[in-house]
Amino acid sequence: MRVGLFVTCLVDLVRPRIGFAALRLLEAAGCEVAVPATQTCCGQPGYNSGDRASARALARKVLEEFEGFDYVVAPSGSCAGMIRTHYPDLFGDEPVTLDRIGRLCAKTYELTDFLANVAKLDAVPGAFEGTVTYHDSCSGLRELGGGGGGGGGPGGAPPRVAGLELAEMKDATACCGFGGTFSIKFGDVSAAMAEKKCANIAASGADAVVLGDLGCMLNIEGRLRRGGDERTRVLHVAEVLAGSETGQ
Amino acid sequence: MQPQSAHFKRRAAAELANAQLQSNMRRFGGRFVAARAKVIGELDDFEGTRTAAAAARDRALENLDVWIERFEREAKRRGASVLFAETGEEVARLVIELCRHHGVRKVTKSKSMLSEEASLNQRLEAAGVQAVETDLGEYILQLAGEPPSHIIAPAIHKSKEQVADLFERAHGRPRTLDIPQMTREAREVLRGHFLSADMGISGGNFLIAETGSVALVTNEGNGRMVTTLPRVHVCITGIEKVLPTLEDLALVMRLLPRSATGQSISNYFTVATGVRAPGDRDGPEHMYFILVDNGRTNLIGGDLHEMLRCIRCGACMNHCPVYQTIGGHAYGWVYPGPMGSVLTPSYLGLENALDLPHASTLCGECGVVCPVKIPLPELLRKLREKQVDRGLRPRSEVLAIRAWSWLAQRPRLYASVTRMAARYLRFLGGGRRRISRLPFGGAWTRGRDMPAPEGRTFRELYARRRVDSGK
Ligand code: SF4
Repeated sequence: MRVGLFVTCLVDLVRPRIGFAALRLLEAAGCEVAVPATQTCCGQPGYNSGDRASARALARKVLEEFEGFDYVVAPSGSCAGMIRTHYPDLFGDEPVTLDRIGRLCAKTYELTDFLANVAKLDAVPGAFEGTVTYHDSCSGLRELGGGGGGGGGPGGAPPRVAGLELAEMKDATACCGFGGTFSIKFGDVSAAMAEKKCANIAASGADAVVLGDLGCMLNIEGRLRRGGDERTRVLHVAEVLAGSETGQ
Repeated sequence: MQPQSAHFKRRAAAELANAQLQSNMRRFGGRFVAARAKVIGELDDFEGTRTAAAAARDRALENLDVWIERFEREAKRRGASVLFAETGEEVARLVIELCRHHGVRKVTKSKSMLSEEASLNQRLEAAGVQAVETDLGEYILQLAGEPPSHIIAPAIHKSKEQVADLFERAHGRPRTLDIPQMTREAREVLRGHFLSADMGISGGNFLIAETGSVALVTNEGNGRMVTTLPRVHVCITGIEKVLPTLEDLALVMRLLPRSATGQSISNYFTVATGVRAPGDRDGPEHMYFILVDNGRTNLIGGDLHEMLRCIRCGACMNHCPVYQTIGGHAYGWVYPGPMGSVLTPSYLGLENALDLPHASTLCGECGVVCPVKIPLPELLRKLREKQVDRGLRPRSEVLAIRAWSWLAQRPRLYASVTRMAARYLRFLGGGRRRISRLPFGGAWTRGRDMPAPEGRTFRELYARRRVDSGK
């Protein structure tokens, strides 16, 4: 199957290694992966800020770049959720486009959801020595019905990683306070929310917190470090599954 | 209540800095959340019940005028009068008129958020009528001179110690921290008021069209005292609270207490119908309904119409991570949390609550738990769109989003800009690979670092890899 990898704008800019980890995993699952070179952003910032026109323009662009693939996969519950849950809402007045969008939605997946439920990858290359605690992103969890950090997606068990031990944190499904532009508009409220998340991470005793969305990663890592925690590692689930991070 | 929602940011900052509030909110924490999670499993088909309840509310709202007329007819048939008020002021005016008409000097009240919309207590005091709140939480707040911070647990922002101080001052008895003892004190004080009041004012959880009744869901029994002991009962509620039948009531009642406090059923559940009939042992001689619009009709048939389904359970605020962090007062008007962030701008005007629709991470919890399936995150997003359409957002914000999207539509330019940004931010990150003061993002780095980028974009690295591997 031909898979179009939607790297996402944040991974492209901040953490390319997550993109490569996703690539490796998809290839390990036997997919033929292409990364359209013109891809940029899914349009979520505009959509959530009330600028529909911007969101529409970028949604159209994603549609054109990705509709030719058998599947579209993103290492982000938030961007996959934007496409699957919200793109249809943007084209209510364009039946023909809406049709195409519908087909795009049906084949768009968050990475771990795709690996577990479509590619049915049961052995992952990764190995991890240590304890991790998962933070599922809100979009992965509540827009896509599961998956994201915890891996596995709706109904799927997370792929097993050799050596990895799980320690669930308190309020694991609560928001970390990122919320895109929310984190800038209400920086202090957002940081206070992140602090609660960090306290729960610390209390879990895990060596690493593993997440499915770069937005949450930046927020949580930023708050952990500011709070003086230099020990807890903050990793994307793709890095752990692909074996680019091996623990202690 | 005087709206303060325009100052959300300042108020939220104050609540964050308020150590007492922070500790009280932490104590409240997930109590209702855990309780709800436990009891929703009692229903065989919780999701199906939500769907049915949403449909029942929609049925009522689609023909709201018809059901209100039916309600009015049935209520009148049972000796009650039905009055209508367009604004909060009008509510107060009507109540004051009724007080004059019936020679009322003292009013006991059970919980009513609508009376908060109408600033009823203040207006009654000004007219020389004493108003006594009898819901324990509301009673505490009346002593403190504060508005509620939660729609079902109004004094949730107060600690036991704070309440003890208030009671000591108001009751003139030795300070105690023993909760049963404190409750007993309040009961003793309130008992006298119940017996001497000439009018009882209640809210109404639902109005039943087919019987002309009001349904009241309470936990303290004060609602029954207020609606049966005084000569006159006035029920004040929003026009949207009508349900066509008792069957509909049974359906939503399976969800309301469970979603609100995590109770299978509230301690008291009252259906009050008509005035005292000959042979009845109790009940008011006079019963009035005041059905209030105060902005509600603006929502009918519009793109926020789902909001009218709201049954005021409070689950959305209990589960809201923002509410949990700043409490209800920050929102600046009667209704806090996600439902308040939709209602306040809808009732008071977009321009009077510009921050509220943005005061959410859109994490989705509220939409998931709402017992009548109100798509709260979508409604907040729609309000954001309306703000942009009406030119109410700051120019800098609108331009920043437009610039981003303009850039993102030009892949080659985008590639070189992000290439530079990755390097620049990497440089700012220095040896520790984190930025402690972000240019243009000071609000982010005030409370946390920004992890620095790796230094090259995925795009560059990927292209190079392809060249290297000769693909
Ligand atoms: S919006 Fe939904 S969850 Fe919130 S108070 Fe209303 S009914 Fe309850």
